[in-house]
Amino acid sequence: MIEVKNVIKSFEDKTVLKGISAKFYDGKTNLIIGQSGSGKTVLVKNLVGLLKPDSGEILYDGRDITKMSPGQMKEIRKEIGMLFQGSALFDSETVEGNVMFPLKMFSDMSYAEMKERAEFCIHRVNLDGANKKYPSEISGGMQKRVAIARAIALNPKYLFCDEPNSGLDPETSILIDELLSDITHEYGITTIINTHDMNSVLGIGENIIFINKGNLEWRGTSKDVFISDNKELNDFVFATNLFKNAKSYMLQELKNGK
Amino acid sequence: MLLQNTLNNFGTYCLFIWRVFSQPDKWSEFFRRYISEVVKLVIDSIPLVIVISLFIGAVCTIQMKLNIMSPLIPMYTVGLATREIILLEFSSSILCLILAGKVGSSITSEIGTMRVTEQIDALEIMGINSANFLVLPKIVAFVTFIPVLVVICMATSLYGGYLITILTSIVSPETYLYGIQTLFNEWYVWYALIKSLFFAFVISSVASYFGYHVTGGALQVGKASTNAVVTSSILILLLDVILTNIMLQ
Repeated sequence: MIEVKNVIKSFEDKTVLKGISAKFYDGKTNLIIGQSGSGKTVLVKNLVGLLKPDSGEILYDGRDITKMSPGQMKEIRKEIGMLFQGSALFDSETVEGNVMFPLKMFSDMSYAEMKERAEFCIHRVNLDGANKKYPSEISGGMQKRVAIARAIALNPKYLFCDEPNSGLDPETSILIDELLSDITHEYGITTIINTHDMNSVLGIGENIIFINKGNLEWRGTSKDVFISDNKELNDFVFATNLFKNAKSYMLQELKNGK
Repeated sequence: MLLQNTLNNFGTYCLFIWRVFSQPDKWSEFFRRYISEVVKLVIDSIPLVIVISLFIGAVCTIQMKLNIMSPLIPMYTVGLATREIILLEFSSSILCLILAGKVGSSITSEIGTMRVTEQIDALEIMGINSANFLVLPKIVAFVTFIPVLVVICMATSLYGGYLITILTSIVSPETYLYGIQTLFNEWYVWYALIKSLFFAFVISSVASYFGYHVTGGALQVGKASTNAVVTSSILILLLDVILTNIMLQ
């Protein structure tokens, strides 16, 4: 579990995170949602150690990363997998090379073992046959899946995803969501997803935190989103008529006791 | 303001170099990347070096002949002067200015693109010292193999001069060959090789620095490449003056 306690982060005179406290649970898809500029990306960067908070604690199973030396942080990073918004695959490596990369750097496996593990990960994300292709030769959705395969290659305890659905068509987005959800449950990973995608929020959100203007505005599950009376949350999630209608339908169903 | 920016950049550059020159996370990966960089930065530059050197050697020879009109100056001076120009300046300083354009912009755009596409962040998240992982093999590869390019440049330039004496009748090939062997000072070759080591370090490290610190998108990567080439060129010329003053005094 990752626990954030009263994290404050400022840039020059602007305070972006104003004392956020939250918990992200093992084996659950934890979602961070919020409008652009609300501070969720800054929160994720603090969580993975790319930024250091001005004050507060970030506990990885009780280990406070804000007080760690670079050497200690390096060890924690071996337990982290990350899926970037733009996939961040290495252009010069094939799909297989990308997935094998963390294994080459941090495992004592033989080449045959690394290859076997990479093939398993590639198979797990349903990309069999794409091993020898370069990132430029595959679609955006496939690149995301390769990035997931690379992120899980070292069996991480914590998986961070920065807008995993951005730039993908709805069908592929759902596939990526399902894949992330399945992997989270299968391996008991603490998965934290920073997203704008309302399908993800309503589909796979088991622990959702809503950040508004640097504050933790609301928390709950995807079901709680429908019955919440938080105005800011409702304005954000149910901004379109489609989602407004979906909410009305859901509330009606609940009234009817279904 | 300009001085403050320059000092700020110099400080950031020093910190960057400090991160680059740390122990690699995995030596086998370092050597794999080192070999790959030798191919990309050095072997792939050989055709360009040969073409440029051939033509510059030929042009130098023609211009020497045109400028030596006095009957009091022996004709072998054409070969001798061509050799001195090539050994002292062209094979190191001018060649490195050319390579600052080719190799420098290639390094900056490669690392800059990795920065804006979050590939460097991905390395950092994995716990890899990205500056060391990406930049050290480039610097070591270019510095250790630049003498090869310099020697190729020297030989090809002199051969270019020889070819032009065969193709034209400005001076006989025998006289040219006699000229390039006359009053030969071996130290000039060492001088060019030593200078090139410094220039290679400047080209690879400055280009990497600009690429590594790109913020924004494709436009900024292009600007960073230009800045890297301009800065490297100025530093090469500045170093040229300093090293010449030290080594040829």
